[in-house]
Amino acid sequence: MAELNYGLSELALEIRSMMREFAQTRVKPVRAELDEKGIFPIDLLRELGKMDLMGLYIPEAYGGTFDGDSLPNIIAVEELSRVCIGVSVSFAANGLGSDPILIGGNEEQKKKYLPAIARGEKLAAYALTEPNAGSDAGSIRTTAVKKGDKYVLNGTKQWITNGGEADVYCVFAVTDKNRGARGVSCFIVEKGTPGFSFGKKENKMGIRASATRELIFEDCEVPAENLIGREGTGFIWAMKTFDVSRPGIAAQAIGLAQGALDEAVSYAKVRQQFGRPVIANQGLSWMLAEMATKIEAARALTYATVRTIDSGAKDYSKFSAMCKMYASDMAMEVTTNAVQVLGGYGYMKEYPVEKMMRDAKILQIYEGTNQIQRDIIGLALNKEYAGAAKA
Amino acid sequence: MHIVVCLKQVPNTTQVKINPETNTLVRDGVESIMNPFDENALEMALQLKEAHPGTRVTALTMGPPQAADILKEAVGRGADDVLLLCDRAVAGSDTLATSYAISCAVRSLGSPDLVLFGKQAIDGDTAQVGPGVADWLGIPCVACVRKCEIAADGKTATVERVSEDAYDVVEAPLPCALTVVKEANVPRMASLRGKMAARKLAIEPTTAAATGADPALLGLAASPTHVVRIFSPPAKTGGAKWEGLEPAEAAQKLVAELKNRKLV
Repeated sequence: MAELNYGLSELALEIRSMMREFAQTRVKPVRAELDEKGIFPIDLLRELGKMDLMGLYIPEAYGGTFDGDSLPNIIAVEELSRVCIGVSVSFAANGLGSDPILIGGNEEQKKKYLPAIARGEKLAAYALTEPNAGSDAGSIRTTAVKKGDKYVLNGTKQWITNGGEADVYCVFAVTDKNRGARGVSCFIVEKGTPGFSFGKKENKMGIRASATRELIFEDCEVPAENLIGREGTGFIWAMKTFDVSRPGIAAQAIGLAQGALDEAVSYAKVRQQFGRPVIANQGLSWMLAEMATKIEAARALTYATVRTIDSGAKDYSKFSAMCKMYASDMAMEVTTNAVQVLGGYGYMKEYPVEKMMRDAKILQIYEGTNQIQRDIIGLALNKEYAGAAKA
Repeated sequence: MHIVVCLKQVPNTTQVKINPETNTLVRDGVESIMNPFDENALEMALQLKEAHPGTRVTALTMGPPQAADILKEAVGRGADDVLLLCDRAVAGSDTLATSYAISCAVRSLGSPDLVLFGKQAIDGDTAQVGPGVADWLGIPCVACVRKCEIAADGKTATVERVSEDAYDVVEAPLPCALTVVKEANVPRMASLRGKMAARKLAIEPTTAAATGADPALLGLAASPTHVVRIFSPPAKTGGAKWEGLEPAEAAQKLVAELKNRKLV
């Protein structure tokens, strides 16, 4: 297949081929069952750990293989997503859950938690959302009150990916309710800590292999050393995490859409109507052409954003938001069209595209709805053109 | 414990076609792979290594220089050492001469506790080399093994040997040889660090002479088996096909026909 030259490193190409084989041989045969029964893919994640693929974003000093290039991890997410984003979100949520430690954690915290996560022996989760704090993440109500050398956590987190399955949770809680977003702090909470329990597992439209649960904190005592950074810096870690994690959502979208295109083109070539394959119909081949073009455009935007982040750029929130928004809107459109290309068969569970279409919807919602992404981009434009208006 | 796993590079037979004029395999453009049963043998070795810390796994193959590829694959999955027996003197060896050459290579590695093979290779399908090597080495061999446990004292192996409708539990003293069936395990995929290590590995071929093999027992001249003719059997023709019948009706008709021909 012809490919654009993205100047991928040898490592990135190696990981792409490993993940492609893994997705085809290990994930594809079980994805329908994982989806149907809502089974968390713990065996697949453990196997990825043994293959050294769970620590692609973790520096070598903490047991991973990250060498300053984030594309290998992005491409791993993309390849896994090409087959199942229920599995790929369970994989990628470890990065999301580890990022606050990577970005804001001290040496002891990094040494204590990251190596086991890199080996795939422990899973991580990121806990920000609450029943009344979604897009308005600054309005969270979970509290953390200092008591001697401990913090006492109370509150409920909602829709936490890898909830119940993860061993290490980065939990955001209010330490000073008078300071709004600046009164939020981030804590590492280990599974099994007294006072920390799980609510119901959600029954979802898509990404059904992934575990989405409530986290409940009832007088849960966390050692003060588990505070990430200083008190009041939590919101900074939360937002910085999103800036680096949003290209990962874009990667999921690109992989998912690519998988849907793979199915749609293959089907259109063999499905005969009126005595010829349906791909010979211009109306349908133009649909496929647009799907393929939009996928490549999203990939180019995402890879360029990742390279910009890796280059040490300070201001990249706008681009992270752009690639997340564009790629996920694209994935919704492409998967919907893939179902259309397969017609009645596409609507049936015997074919994978109906799952892909159900799965795609979440990409427009989680890690900041696409409306929030547009807000971020709009805000950046407003700021960037502040001087221009005067000139 | 030291485990030697003997591997063979084979053409991916799912891609192989036979030239109908010459009756030989068309190997052009066909990828070479590790013999699938050997993957199970390697996996068994690696699982034993995980269960018995301090165990060393050596991957061994006999073949042309490019057979080093499967040794690299083995290192990628976790093998510690490799041996590539690559020598014109072994060219044309049948299973007897091959078994001898491999037995010499195994012996040159010291005295391994366990020598593992795939049940058979998917190209030749003889299933003779594993037992043959064991015979040359003078050690017991259990064929068609799906499970292997090594006693804590490291002196015996307890294995499950499968047959068509049952399995035997067999105890064998170490050192011994086992040939491994597909149902034994699901072979792991290579790890990233393993692949990186394998890429850096420079594999030096070993000659038969270096393993102490007697040249008179190697190669075509020492091979009593001769391939007289290879052909693909003609496709079956004739037969009858009944279509459009209800299942019950078809069954009745079939039974009547079988009775008619006195087959039931």
